[in-house]
Amino acid sequence: MDIKITIIDREGEAHTVDAPTDMNMNLMELVRSYELAPEGTIGICGGMAMCASCQCYVLSEHNLPEMTDDEDAMLAEAFFVQNNSRLGCQIQITSELDGLQIQLAPEE
Amino acid sequence: MIKTDILIIGAGPTGLFTVFEAGLLKLKCHLIDALPQPGGQCAELYPKKPIYDIPAFPEVLAGDLVDNLMEQIKPFEPSFTLGERAETIEKQDDGTFIVTTNKGTKHHAPVVAIAGGLGSFEPRKPLIDNLAFYEDKGVSYMIKNPEIYRNQKVVISGGGDSALDWSIFLADVASEVTLVHRRNEFRGHLDSVDKVKELKDLGKINLITPAEVEKIYGEEKVEGVVVKRGDEEINLAVDHFIPLFGLSPKLGPIANWGLEIEKNAIKVDNSLDYQTNIPGIYAIGDVNTYPGKLKLILCGFHEATLMCQSAYQRIHPDKKYVMKYTTVGGVTGFDGTKKEAPKAVVKAID
Repeated sequence: MDIKITIIDREGEAHTVDAPTDMNMNLMELVRSYELAPEGTIGICGGMAMCASCQCYVLSEHNLPEMTDDEDAMLAEAFFVQNNSRLGCQIQITSELDGLQIQLAPEE
Repeated sequence: MIKTDILIIGAGPTGLFTVFEAGLLKLKCHLIDALPQPGGQCAELYPKKPIYDIPAFPEVLAGDLVDNLMEQIKPFEPSFTLGERAETIEKQDDGTFIVTTNKGTKHHAPVVAIAGGLGSFEPRKPLIDNLAFYEDKGVSYMIKNPEIYRNQKVVISGGGDSALDWSIFLADVASEVTLVHRRNEFRGHLDSVDKVKELKDLGKINLITPAEVEKIYGEEKVEGVVVKRGDEEINLAVDHFIPLFGLSPKLGPIANWGLEIEKNAIKVDNSLDYQTNIPGIYAIGDVNTYPGKLKLILCGFHEATLMCQSAYQRIHPDKKYVMKYTTVGGVTGFDGTKKEAPKAVVKAID
């Protein structure tokens, strides 16, 4: 089953896209699959919470999975961090995320 | 001048395996890498993480994969220029190339294989307006010679292992060490965190958290920084500012070598040999792109193998090479070693 997720890209344009919940996909991969950020500027570490290139701001009220120590530590070192910052690669797409709105953080 | 047959830029898994495939063809390799050790991302970012999609290895730690590759290529005696970044390339009249690093080391080879992965690892720089102006004038992103900080006032920012370790080390060298971190908690080995606390209590490290260095000032060089903690602005007179926020990969100078770039990667001819738009320069592994490209180690190994066949033809245009299985031909190292399958003994019974 697909859900709707709205992604505001780094130019400020909003894209509402269909996101599959049965593909073991995370938000970083979703952004890449729709090419909403140029390759090489997102998901650089491959999704291991070892870079902050997929940092995004969560704009809607959704219950997101808890931050792991790795994600928390990376965000402690990242730039442009705000209270609603998360790493897209650490958020799996599940049906609970229907209607989620995120904004991509600027490129470091 | 270092001379070799195939000059490999990038000593990650793909670059290392290239040495093996080239060695089977009796071609010598030299590798350049910006990191101080071979292994690329596998060694630098996630040596303790398992990889599950290396054929015939149900599970292998990234660090062990690198160790195994180093063992596998040992007979072919690869040489390395480590801790230096390939900066410029010049094509010679005879079609060979000279590659010079940021430290001026020159390398000469008929074939260049770029196996640069995500690019060279560069320090992550904090977003401070005039930061670039003070680089090498009091601002540095890594500590090469700790002696220059003797009896100086130093401010370090960051919250990971390197920020902690250097704060501890410099506490005995510098006249004053201040550690600034955005959070109250530090991420690092437990004993380093404890040691920093201990040095703070002894008054040897001045700890400012949760805070960030916001400004640098000074006429010609760093004379001080402004640290922001909440609404409070703290003015610190210091001689050195060392931001330690880890490394991130950048394609870097390779992007200016006249190679065709697409999606931050180097375009290659995947129907043949992974050659770039400049004959004699190949790109293999994560650094290249072509229709259907997948950034996987196993794909890098495949690309390296095909690339070496093409490199052989370029280096020896008049020779014909026939592919041999290692099981049949064995592996003859440049170091005089020979590995081969034991021969069956045929003996008649009288």
